[in-house]
Amino acid sequence: MAAEDSDWLTNFDLSATSAQNFMKPGYRKQELNVIYQAIAKLKDGSISMKELYEKCITRAKKVEELNAFVTVNYQNTEHKERIATKRSANQVSGRQREWRKLEGIPLAIKDNFCTKGLRTTCASHMLHNYVPPYNATMVQKLEDEGGVVLGKTNMDEFAMGCGSVDSVHGPVRNPWKYPFEQALNMEKNNTDPFEQALNMEKNNTDPQRSTETGRRADHTSTHHIKDWHIAGGSSGGSAVAVATGTCLGALGSDTGGSTRNPAAYCGVVGLKSTYGLLSRHGLIPLVNSLDVPGILTKTVDDATILLNILAGHDVNDSTTVADEFLPFTLPDEVSVKGLNIGIPKEYHAPGMSSDVLAAWRRAADMFEEAGARVSEVSLPHTQYSISCYSVICATEVASNMARFDGVEFGHRAGVDVSTEQLYAATRHEGFNDVVRGRILAGNFFLLKKNYDDFFLKAQKVRRLISEDFRRVFNSGIDVLLTPTTLTDAPQYSWFSQADGRTRTQEQDVFTQPINMAGIPAVTVPSSLSSSGLPIGLQFIGQHFQEQKLLTVAKWFEQETDFQHLNLDFLDQDNDADNDLYMSPKI
Amino acid sequence: MDHKLVRYPLPDCSIHFEESQKEGKEKRGKWKPVIGLEIHAQIKTDSKLFSRSGTSFSTPVNCQVSFFDAALPGTLPVLNRSCVEAGVRTALALKSNINKVSKFDRKHYFYADLPQGYQITQQRMPLAVGGKVDYAIVDESTQKEIGQGTARITQIQLEQDSGKSLHDEEEKRSLIDLNRAGIGLMEIVTEPDFSNGLEAHSFVSELRLILRSLGTCSGKMKEGALRVDANISVHQEGEPLGTRTEVKNIGNIKAIKAAVDYEIQRQIAILEEGGTIENETRSYDGLTGTTLPMRDKELKMDYRFMPEPNLPPVRLYDSETISKVADPSSVIDIDKFRSSIPPLPKQVKENLQKEYKISLFQANMLFGIVGLYDLFHDILEQPNKSLYRVLNFLLHDLHGAYKTRNISFEDGPMTLEHAAELIDMIEEKVTNHALAKKILVEYIDGNERISPRIIAEKKNLTMINDIEILTEACKKSMDKNPAMVKTYSKGKVGAIKALIGDAMEFTDNRASRIVITEIMESLLPQVEKKKRKEKKLKD
Repeated sequence: MAAEDSDWLTNFDLSATSAQNFMKPGYRKQELNVIYQAIAKLKDGSISMKELYEKCITRAKKVEELNAFVTVNYQNTEHKERIATKRSANQVSGRQREWRKLEGIPLAIKDNFCTKGLRTTCASHMLHNYVPPYNATMVQKLEDEGGVVLGKTNMDEFAMGCGSVDSVHGPVRNPWKYPFEQALNMEKNNTDPFEQALNMEKNNTDPQRSTETGRRADHTSTHHIKDWHIAGGSSGGSAVAVATGTCLGALGSDTGGSTRNPAAYCGVVGLKSTYGLLSRHGLIPLVNSLDVPGILTKTVDDATILLNILAGHDVNDSTTVADEFLPFTLPDEVSVKGLNIGIPKEYHAPGMSSDVLAAWRRAADMFEEAGARVSEVSLPHTQYSISCYSVICATEVASNMARFDGVEFGHRAGVDVSTEQLYAATRHEGFNDVVRGRILAGNFFLLKKNYDDFFLKAQKVRRLISEDFRRVFNSGIDVLLTPTTLTDAPQYSWFSQADGRTRTQEQDVFTQPINMAGIPAVTVPSSLSSSGLPIGLQFIGQHFQEQKLLTVAKWFEQETDFQHLNLDFLDQDNDADNDLYMSPKI
Repeated sequence: MDHKLVRYPLPDCSIHFEESQKEGKEKRGKWKPVIGLEIHAQIKTDSKLFSRSGTSFSTPVNCQVSFFDAALPGTLPVLNRSCVEAGVRTALALKSNINKVSKFDRKHYFYADLPQGYQITQQRMPLAVGGKVDYAIVDESTQKEIGQGTARITQIQLEQDSGKSLHDEEEKRSLIDLNRAGIGLMEIVTEPDFSNGLEAHSFVSELRLILRSLGTCSGKMKEGALRVDANISVHQEGEPLGTRTEVKNIGNIKAIKAAVDYEIQRQIAILEEGGTIENETRSYDGLTGTTLPMRDKELKMDYRFMPEPNLPPVRLYDSETISKVADPSSVIDIDKFRSSIPPLPKQVKENLQKEYKISLFQANMLFGIVGLYDLFHDILEQPNKSLYRVLNFLLHDLHGAYKTRNISFEDGPMTLEHAAELIDMIEEKVTNHALAKKILVEYIDGNERISPRIIAEKKNLTMINDIEILTEACKKSMDKNPAMVKTYSKGKVGAIKALIGDAMEFTDNRASRIVITEIMESLLPQVEKKKRKEKKLKD
C-alpha cells in the first residue's frame, strides 16, 4: 500500500514542465481545450482576435433562440476587441512585452455578477433597469487578464431554481437534441432573428407588464419549438453558452449545485471551488454562506486556467482566505494508481436513471482497472441536506432581499401613498412567486419563537453533514465519485409541471451537501444517455485541494473521450446574414 | 437599542445613594424609579464601520456614501480595524471584559434610511460584557458634588448607524441622506442602576468625558455623536419591578435629567390614579418638556436576528496568545492598548482639585469644554506658569473670546505656544490684562497666526514702563485739571482718581495704574499728603 501511495504522489506532484507538454502538437485531447487552443492560435497569429470574436458572435446569433443571453455586450465588446487587436499587434512588434493570460478570449458572465456599465438583472423584474457602477471581483479579474465579456447569461430569478426556467427573460433551452434545423428553416422568413429576440427581450422587461401573480408571461408561444430539454440551473445560460461554443468559458454561481447541475445537463465541465477561494464581491447573493462563483468550460484544463486567474484573497470579501493561492497546471500523464476513490452508498438514491447508474459504475470500474482503490463510504447525514438547505436558504434569502425596496436602485412601484405601501408594491411587482415564497418562509424561520427550532437546528445539521465528509476524507479517501444529477436533462414540459421548490429538492440532491461542507467539486461529462443526452459525474475533494481534484477529473476526462456537442453545421448554412458576419469587411 | 439586553436585578440588590433616596422619598413617597440607559456613541474614526467612506458631520448631503453604504447588490462589509480598536479602548476604560471572539448579527427592520433592510450589530456575542463607571453626582445649579455613584455596564457592542430621513410635509415625500449610514457606533448598555434624572445625567456627563479623553467619540450631542435611550419604570418598595417604557434618542445632555424625571412623574401619576403603564417607546420633546408615544410600537417588533454571514468572527488577542499568530501586525493585541489608556477624567479632576486647590466648578469647566483641559495641561508644563494666570486666561479670556465667536477649543486658532507666550507677557509686565484681551482679539480675528509679541508691538499694545513718559502723562493730567489738584490740596484725596484716570488715558491705557498712582502722589503737594494720612488715621 505504501508503494502505491508514493506512486500516486509522485505522479501527482508534477513539475512545471506540464505546461510545455500541454502544447505538444498532436496531443490526444488538445483540440478540446478551447481556451488553451485559442490562446496558442492567437499568439502564433493563426487566428486574429477579431476572427475569434466574430466566430463567437455568429454562433451566438445562430443559437439565439436557446435564450442563453439576457444582455449582450457586442458593441462594447467590439470596442474592446479593437483595443485587444492593437495590443496584439504591439505584442508582435515588440512594443508591448506582456501577453495577458486571457487576451481576447470571449467569455460569458451569469447575470448575477455585477458588471460595470452593463445591465445586471438577476433575471428579475426587480433589477430590470439596474446598471451596476462597479465590477464584481471575478469579472474584474477576467477583464484585467484581457478576457472579453460577450454578455450576461440567463438564469433562474436570483439563482433560485435548478432549471433556468424561472426567469423574467423566459426559460433557457438545452442545445442537446434541439431541433436547430427545423428552427432555421422557420426563421428564414424572418428578417433578423437576433434583432427580433432583442425586441422580445425588451418587451419582457417592460415595467408596465402585468405582474399580478408574479408569474411571467409564457415565452414558449413566441417560438415555434413546442418542447425541449431544460438546461439545468440556475446557471443554465452560462452552461448553454459554453456548450454551444458561443464563448470559451463562463462564470456561473453555485449555491446548491447551480453550476454543476447545468454543466452536467449541457455536457460541459462545471467547477465549484472551495468556499473562500473565490471572491463573492459583486456576486448578488443567494445564500452568502453557501454561494461560490462557478467556472464553466469545455474541459478540465480550461477550468484550471480560469481558476488560476480567479482564485485568491480579495480585500473586499472578508470570507476569502488570506493564504496566497499558488497557480498550478495539470499533468498530461496522470496515473491514478494507489488513489483512494470513495463511493458514498447514500448516493444510490431513488429516482436515479439506469443510464446514470451505469455511467457511475463504469467510472468506478475504470478507476479500479487503472489501479485506484475504490471503496464504499457512508455519508449518513446527506439525506437531511435538502431540508436543512430549505431553512438556511430561505432565511438568508429573506435577509438578503430586504435591500430591494425601490429606494436606492432597481424597480420602484408607482405607489406614493406611504413608504410602507411603496415597499409592498415594489416587492410584490419586482419578485416572482418563488422569491416571495422563500422570503416569507425565511422570515418565519427567523422569528424569535422559531429561531431555535429551525435556523439553529439547520445549522447543527449542516455541521453534521460537513462532519460526514471530514470523517471520510480523514479515513484516507482522496476523492469521492458520485453522479451529478439523477437523470439526464428532463423535458421542459415535464419539468414545469411542478413548482421550483419541488424540483430543487429532486435535482440538487447530489450537489447540495457539498455546498453545506464548503468543499470543492467538479462535474465532468462522462457519456451520453440512451436518449443521446450528456451525463455528468461529480468528483468531490477536500478543502483547498483543487489541484488533486482536478488532476483526477482530468484523468477521467481523458479516459472517457466524451464527444462534445458540435454545432458547426449551423455555420455552414448558406444564410445571407451569416455570410455577412463572416465577411472581413464588417 | 435592544431592550432585551437590559437585565433587571432582583429588587433587593439595589445600589442607590442615601441622599437621592431620601430626596426621592420626600417627593415621590413610596414609588421607586428604576432607570437603565443605552448610549449610542459614534466612533471617531476617519472611515465608516464597514466601508471606506468618510464620517464627517458637515459633508454635503449624500457625499460620503460608498456602494456598500447604499446597499448596492453584491457589496460586502469589510470591518474597519480602527473601530474595533476604539471599542477595545473604550471597553478597557469602562473596566469591561473584552470577548476574545465576538460576532456580528443582522437586525431586520424596514426603514427608508436603512438601505440594507437590516442593521449589522452585535446581538449574540458583543465586543465586551460587564464593567462599571464611577461618577460624581453634581448639582446643576450650584455645580457642587452632592454624592458619588457607580453604574454597572451590561455590554458594549459595535453596530452601524442609520442614515437620516428628512420629511417634506408639503411635497409629501421623504428625502434620504446616507452620509451617516454605516458610521460605527458603540452601543453602551448599562444595568438599571439609576434612580432619578440627575444620576442619569451625571453618569452620561462622566461617560462623555471618558469617551472624549480616550478620543473614541467626539461627544458632540448637537451633531448626534452621542444619543441616549432611557428605560424607565417605577414600582413599590418590596414589590416586583414595574412595566417599563423606553424614551428614545435624547440628543441633548441637559434633556436627560428633564426627560427621565418627566417620565417618572408621568408613570407615578398614572399608577396613582389606578392606571397601568404600557410597554412602549416614547420620544422626548424638548420644547414642551414632555415625553410622547412614538408611532411604531416596539411591542410588535420582531427583529428576526440572524448571524451576519459575510463577516468572520472578530478575534482579539492578548500578550500571551499573540505569539501564536503568524502575522501579529494583522490582529489586535488587547494588552497593548491596556497601557495606553489615560487616567479617567474623574481621577484627573480629583487630582486637580487636590494639587492646584481649584474648585470642582473650575475642574468641571476644564473638562467640560472639549480641548480645554489639554491646553491647560500643556501650558502648565511650560516653565514659570502661575496657575492663577493660566486659569484666568483660559477660563475667562480665551473661553469668552471663543464663545462669542462660536469656536470650539478643539478647532480654536490659538496655538499652545502662543497662548503660553501671551500669559508670559502678562507675567513679565510686557502687557497687562486689558491689553492682553485686545491682543487676543487681534490674534483670533486676524487671518494669520502671528506671535502675540509681534501683534503687541505692531498695534502698540505693550505697556509703557518709561518713568519719564509716565511722569509727563501725569503732569499733563495735572495741567488739564488744575481744579482737581486744588481740591486734592484741600484734603479731598478722592480727587486723585480723576487725575490718574486722565493720566492713564494719555498713555492709551498702556501704563500700570499702580505706577501712575505712585508718580501722581509724588507730584502732588507733600503737605496735602500728610493731611490725607492724618485723615486716614482718624477714620
